[in-house]
Amino acid sequence: MNPNSAPNPAMGHNNVPKMTARDVNVFYGQKQAIRNVSIDVTSDNVTAFIGPSGCGKSTFLRCLNRMNDTVDGARVEGRIELDAQDIYAPAMDVVQLRARVGMVFQKPNPFPKSIYENVAYGPRIHGLAQAKADMDNIVESALRRAGLWEEVKDRLGESGTAMSGGQQQRLCIARAIAVDPEVILMDEPCSALDPIATARIEELIDELRGRYAIVIVTHNMQQAARVSQKTAFFHLGTLVEYDDTSAIFTNPRETRTKDYITGRYG
Amino acid sequence: MTALQPSRLLSERLPTDWESPAMRARIAARYRAERNFRRLGAAALVIAASFLAFLLFTIVRDGWSGFLRSEARVVVTFTPATLGLDPAAVAGPQGKVLLARADYLALMNEAALTLGPASGTLSDAAWLELRERLVADPALLGKTVPVWVPVRSTIDLLAKGKFDLAAPADSRGVSDREVAAWRWLEREGRLRTNFNMAFLRNADSTEPELAGIGGAALGSLLTLVITIGVAFPLGVFSAVWLEEFAPKGRLADIIELSINNLAAVPSIIFGLLGLAFFLNFAGMPRSAPLVGGITLALMIMPVIVIAARVAIKAVPPSIRDAALGIGASPIQVVFQHVLPLALPGIMTGTIIGVARALGETAPLLLIGMRAFVTDVPQGFTSPATVLPMQVFLWSDDVQRGFVEKTSAAILVLLVILIAMNSLAIYLRNRFERRW
Repeated sequence: MNPNSAPNPAMGHNNVPKMTARDVNVFYGQKQAIRNVSIDVTSDNVTAFIGPSGCGKSTFLRCLNRMNDTVDGARVEGRIELDAQDIYAPAMDVVQLRARVGMVFQKPNPFPKSIYENVAYGPRIHGLAQAKADMDNIVESALRRAGLWEEVKDRLGESGTAMSGGQQQRLCIARAIAVDPEVILMDEPCSALDPIATARIEELIDELRGRYAIVIVTHNMQQAARVSQKTAFFHLGTLVEYDDTSAIFTNPRETRTKDYITGRYG
Repeated sequence: MTALQPSRLLSERLPTDWESPAMRARIAARYRAERNFRRLGAAALVIAASFLAFLLFTIVRDGWSGFLRSEARVVVTFTPATLGLDPAAVAGPQGKVLLARADYLALMNEAALTLGPASGTLSDAAWLELRERLVADPALLGKTVPVWVPVRSTIDLLAKGKFDLAAPADSRGVSDREVAAWRWLEREGRLRTNFNMAFLRNADSTEPELAGIGGAALGSLLTLVITIGVAFPLGVFSAVWLEEFAPKGRLADIIELSINNLAAVPSIIFGLLGLAFFLNFAGMPRSAPLVGGITLALMIMPVIVIAARVAIKAVPPSIRDAALGIGASPIQVVFQHVLPLALPGIMTGTIIGVARALGETAPLLLIGMRAFVTDVPQGFTSPATVLPMQVFLWSDDVQRGFVEKTSAAILVLLVILIAMNSLAIYLRNRFERRW
């Protein structure tokens, strides 16, 4: 398959892609970071972006909720759509886009506020809860879905930064879930965590699958194999191969993919 | 060519002799250098500390007596006739007003005569004490009671031992008559030393025993209120805009350079600006805390901008990402996340800037705050002076009594400065976050 052409719609389990990217190029000043990437992300799958350091997988991920807007000199060309709406169109409100396409970062970054406030912040700024009881419900259900409720229900007033790294990262996931997004982008969410916390996050990703379209960038190929149904392999700013995860890991079409997953480089 | 192939070099090299005399000498030299460096460092610290100790010692030595004053005991008969009071009217509804307006000066002059050779030793404002006593207790009218009243500065200084009495009469700065009067008061046990509340309460005066720093302290306070009110919002918003919203490029670089330069501009220049713009062009009142405050605000604003930018920069980008990532607008990111986290740093910078403004005199000279103001300022537009200016004015005064007042005023200024800096350190330690 040529990764630069439109992916075969029959390949996914869900025929309607949640997000589509066509011929995306990203520049940082003069330097081109992403070349002609086209990809579809579907709702019922976890999609993993893998590739060696500096291959552009995180850069591309950050185009999907326009986080690159905050980087000086970053320029995005091509077309990225969410539910067939161009997210780079002038009519698109970037604040709402980021509420619909949530993000979890590499390093857990809870606000230095209470656990409750961390989760309630998003719903509050978007006006999703009218009464205190509504907000309590949103916070509880987000924490439950993030698998954190049982651990923190008695100490919601404690600081979010006082928890362990794994708990902090699940709090960040709860914070993203609380605004009821359609897509969740995860940028190497486990790279700062120990193996036990990592396993907990991976379980969580599996539980969230189907409810949200999840895109995860990872360095760890085993992780991609464990949590994702679709895998995209990036190399030097291009999308080399995009297929079912099982196909990528057992029968890659491209030699570069094969070399990477067998550990020849990266 | 002297360069050898590295491999050959290594293979031909003899094993290093760590015990050779040359190696031992090198090690000894290294230890010696380290010892010398430590001694130099300690010596520098001792010198710096002794300068500071010398400064503090001389100020405290000269200044502590400024907080005390000598008082003489006078037996006063509150005679209604001398006071020009009608006892029946005093008992009436206008009693308080009449008591406050009575002729205490005449009463004081009458009472002073009982001091015999020391009758001329009482302060010009001694009658104020009599008024205070009688207004507080009208029942004293017609009675005879002992009252402690302040003495003239010369007698006060004699009591504090500030004159060298062994020196010849024409060079010791005090007349034989005054010395005799003081000796008489001491012998009669009519002299005591008391805490000088007037020094903390009063404004400036030509008489050292009546001069106080209350007016200057209030002037400083009013000035600083204006300074903070103008410089803090201007500085913080400039910093926020520069850090969070300004397009990076040539213009931002020029603005940054200008602000850094502005922080280094001599303060007298800001005084000239204040004179030219606020007084001559805008027609604002001379000598007023309002103008002084705005002028000082211009001076410390760059300091606040720089401190605030550093504090804003220190907020980790991950917090901005987190907020943006769930759809906070840039304004929400700034006001709900960045500023609250940067506030301790901004406060520290502001307090240090304000402390600098508190100690500043040069720009205020030019806008007329070098004024002899005998009233405690009533508002932002009434004439006032400030603490360091009061120190400057007194240090310039020929009267001997102002020497201790100068040092005492410096002590008050230092105490306020230390308190402000301590507050800055406390705020930093209490609220600073580590990431």
